[in-house]
Amino acid sequence: MFNLRRHLSFLLLGALGLIVLPYFISSRFYIDVLTLIFFTAYLGQSWNILGGYAGQFSFGGVMFFGTGAYVSSILLTTFGFPPIFGIFLAILGGAFLGLIVGYMSFRSGLKGSYFALITLAFAELLRVLANSVEFTGGGVGLFLTYAPGLSNLQFETPVGFYYFALVLMFISIVIVYWLEGSRFGAQLVAIRENEDAAEALGIDTLRCKIYAIMIMGAMGGAAGTFYSQKYLYLDPPIAYSIHLSVEMLLVTIVGGMGTIFGPLVGAFVLHSVNEVARHFIDTPGLSLIVYGLILIIIIGYLPNGLIGAFKKKGKKSGSSSLDKKRSREDS
Amino acid sequence: MISASLSMLPAAIINGFMYGAIYALVALGLTLIYGVLHIINFAHGAMLMLALYAAFFLFDLFNIDPYFSILIVTPCAFIFGYLIYRYGIGSLAKGKDQNILLITLGLSIIIENGALFFFSGDQQTVNLTYGFDAFDLGFMYLSYPKVISFFAALLMCATLWAAMSLTDLGRAIRAVAKERQGARLVGINVEHIFAVTFGIGIACLGAAGCMMLPIFYVDPYTGNMFVLVAFTIVVLGGMGSVVGALVGGFIIGITESVGGLLLGESLGQIGISLIFILILIFRPTGLFGSKV
Amino acid sequence: MLRINNLTKRFGGLVAVSSVDLEVNEKEIVSLIGPNGAGKTTLFAMVAGFLKADEGGINFENASIVGMKPHQICQRGMVRTFQITQPFAGLTTLQNIMVGAYSNTSQTKSARKKAEEVAEVVGMTSLLSQGADGLTIAGRKRLELARALATDPKLLLLDEVMAGLNPAEIDDIVKVIKGIRGRGVTIFLIEHVMKAVMNLSDRTYVLNDGKLIASGTPSSVAENPQVIEAYLGHGAAEAMAEGA
Repeated sequence: MFNLRRHLSFLLLGALGLIVLPYFISSRFYIDVLTLIFFTAYLGQSWNILGGYAGQFSFGGVMFFGTGAYVSSILLTTFGFPPIFGIFLAILGGAFLGLIVGYMSFRSGLKGSYFALITLAFAELLRVLANSVEFTGGGVGLFLTYAPGLSNLQFETPVGFYYFALVLMFISIVIVYWLEGSRFGAQLVAIRENEDAAEALGIDTLRCKIYAIMIMGAMGGAAGTFYSQKYLYLDPPIAYSIHLSVEMLLVTIVGGMGTIFGPLVGAFVLHSVNEVARHFIDTPGLSLIVYGLILIIIIGYLPNGLIGAFKKKGKKSGSSSLDKKRSREDS
Repeated sequence: MISASLSMLPAAIINGFMYGAIYALVALGLTLIYGVLHIINFAHGAMLMLALYAAFFLFDLFNIDPYFSILIVTPCAFIFGYLIYRYGIGSLAKGKDQNILLITLGLSIIIENGALFFFSGDQQTVNLTYGFDAFDLGFMYLSYPKVISFFAALLMCATLWAAMSLTDLGRAIRAVAKERQGARLVGINVEHIFAVTFGIGIACLGAAGCMMLPIFYVDPYTGNMFVLVAFTIVVLGGMGSVVGALVGGFIIGITESVGGLLLGESLGQIGISLIFILILIFRPTGLFGSKV
Repeated sequence: MLRINNLTKRFGGLVAVSSVDLEVNEKEIVSLIGPNGAGKTTLFAMVAGFLKADEGGINFENASIVGMKPHQICQRGMVRTFQITQPFAGLTTLQNIMVGAYSNTSQTKSARKKAEEVAEVVGMTSLLSQGADGLTIAGRKRLELARALATDPKLLLLDEVMAGLNPAEIDDIVKVIKGIRGRGVTIFLIEHVMKAVMNLSDRTYVLNDGKLIASGTPSSVAENPQVIEAYLGHGAAEAMAEGA
C-alpha cells in the first residue's frame, strides 16, 4: 500500500512541476506529447482498476472510450448539448456499458483469457454497429465544429488540452489512491489473488467485479469526450480501435499493474520510446514493434513492471505480483 | 430488396462453404494448440498474415504458384512455430494463463507492425493465369482458385486428422492433451510434444495462407481481421475439438457470407462477434467441446 | 445450529456423499473423520456453498442455506477454511486478515484493529508485516484460521487445519482452537490427526465412501468395529478383537 506521508513532498513537487511546465515549454509539439502521455496514463489507470487491482484483464477497454465519445459528440451535433455537461453523460454511458458487459461476462463466470476475448468481441461488435447505424454518422463519422470555449471543452491552444488531460490524470490518481486504502480496494485485490478464498470470506465477487468494470467504463467515457473535443472528428475505426485497448494495458503492465503510478510511468516510458524511435527511423510500425518487444520482455522478466523492479531493488517484501511463488504444499 | 437478396442466397451459401474449409484449417491449428498446450494463441491471425505474405513473395519474386508454395511454406511454418514455442513462448510464460495471452499478444503486435514496417501497408494480391477461369454452375460462377483451395483445405484437414489418429506422434499428442503428467510418466517428452504441436498449428496456417492468397488479399492488417473469426470458430466448435473446428469453420464461413448478403457489407460482420459472445455466455463448451 | 439431512452429491456415476444426516449444536466442537476420499471435503464444500447438493437440506440457524453463494453464507455467520491453504499471496499477513475483518466493517481503521486482535488470538502478531507467500505451512494454516476468525463467525468450518504440522505445532493449534471455542464460536472440523480429534471434539461423525457409518463421542467411535474396518480394512476389527 502506498504511504502518502513519506512521499508527500516529492509528489507535491512533481504535481507542481507538471502544472507550471507549460510556461517553460514553447514547443506545441512537446505540449502535445505530454498531453497524450497524460491521456494514455488516465486510460491506463482505468484499465489498472479492473486489470491490475481486480485481476481481470480486458482486451476491449476501447469500447468505453468510443461509446463515451459518441455519446457526447452525438448530443453535441444533434442537440447542441454542451460537452461540459455531455461529458457527464459520457461518463454515465461508459459506466452503463460496463454494467452490461460486466454483468453478462462475469455472471457467466468468464475469467482469464475468456474474459479478455469476450471484451474484445464486445468492442468489435460496437465498432460494427457504429459503422452501420445512421445516428453515429456510420462509416463517414462525425465532424465536430471548431468552437473554442469552456462549455465546449475546446481550447484554442494545446495548453488548454494539456491542463484538461492533466486534470483527468490527477483525478485518476486520486481515485486509485482512495481505492488502495479502502475496503473496496482490498476486496478487489483479494479477488485478484484468490477468488474462491475471497468468496469464502464474505466478498460478493460478482458485485465487486461489476463495480470495478463500471468505474473503468466511467473513466473511459470521459476520455472519449476529451478526445472528440480535441480532434473534432470521430469514426468507428477511431472510436473502437484495438490499438487503444492494447495501449491501455501496455502502459499499465510496463509501468506496474496494481500500483498507483504504474500507468503514468508506463505512459512516459512508452511515449518516449515512440519519440526516440520516430526520430531515428520514421517508418510506421517501428515503435509498435518495440512496444511488442517491451511487452514480452516485461511479462517474461519483470512481471511487476518497472515500478515493481524498482521496488525489489530497494527492499525485500511481498508486493503485488503476477508471478506466484510455488506453494510449499502439494496442490 | 430482400427478395433480390434471397435469390443470391444459394450463391452466398456456396461461397461461404468454400471459404469455410479454409477457415476450418485455420481454426484447426488454433484448437490443436489450445487442446494440447492450453494456450490461447493470440498471434494466430498475425501468423496467418505472415503465411499470406510468404506465399505472395514466393509468387512475386520467383513466380511460384501459391498452390505449389504450400509444399514450401507449410514445413517452414512448422519449423517457425516449433522454434517460437521452444525458445520463446514456452520459456517466457512460466505457465500462467494470462501471461501467455499477453505474450502472444505482444508477438502479434511485433509481427503485424513488422509487416507494416518491412512490407508497407499496401494491399497485395496475386494474379494467376487461371485466376478468372470459373465453373459455370448456372446460378453462379465458381472460380477455379476457390475450388482448388476448397479441396486443398479439405485434404489438409483430412491428412491432419489421419495423422492424429493413426501415427505414433498423433497418439503421443493426444496423450499429452488428455493427461500431461501421465504422458510424462510413460516417457513422452512433453516439452517436445508441446513444441511439435505448436509447430503443427502454425503449419496449418502456412498451408491456409497459400490457399487463401489467390482468392483474397494480404496487408498487415489481414491478421487482425482473422483473429476474432478464428476464435469464434474454435469457441463455437469447442476448444480442443478437431471435429468442432471443421464444423465451426463451415458454419462461420456460411454465416459470414449470408450475413454479408442479408445485412450488407458493414452490418454483416456483426454475426461473428455476436456468435462469439453468445456462445461464451450460454454454451462455453461449444458444440463438441468438453468441460473446460 | 447446523442441521444437514439427506445430503447427497453425485459426480457422474460416482456418489461422493450419500444421504448424510448430521447436526452441530451451538458451542460444540464436532469433528468429521474418515479415510481419504470419503467425501468429507465435498460435504464441506456443499455446506459452505461452493458445490451444489443434488439432494438434501442444509439448515443454518433454522434457515435453509441451500443454493446460497459462499459470501452470503459467510455473511450469515458460517465460514470455511480450505484444506489446501489459499492465502492472498501478494499481500502481507495483516492485509490477509483484514480481508476477513472487512466483512463486518467498511472502515479501514476498524478492520486493521480487528485483524491485529485476531492475530493476537491466533499467535501471529510477530508475522503481521510478513508477506503471506513467505510463511511456513504452519503459518499458512494459522493465517487461514485467522482470516476466517476475523469475519466473526458463529460457526467455523475447519478443513484439515492440522495437515502438514508437526506435533508441537499441532499442540499449539489445538490450544488456539480451544481458545476460539471459549470465545463462543462453534467449530466443525475435518481432521485426520486422531490425537487432535480425540482431544478437541465433543462429538464425532465418521464418513466412509460417502456414507455416515458412525457417530458419537470420540472414544465410542474409536471402538466401533465398522470404523476400524473403514480405516484398517476388512476383517481388521475381528483380528484386533482376537488379538486382544
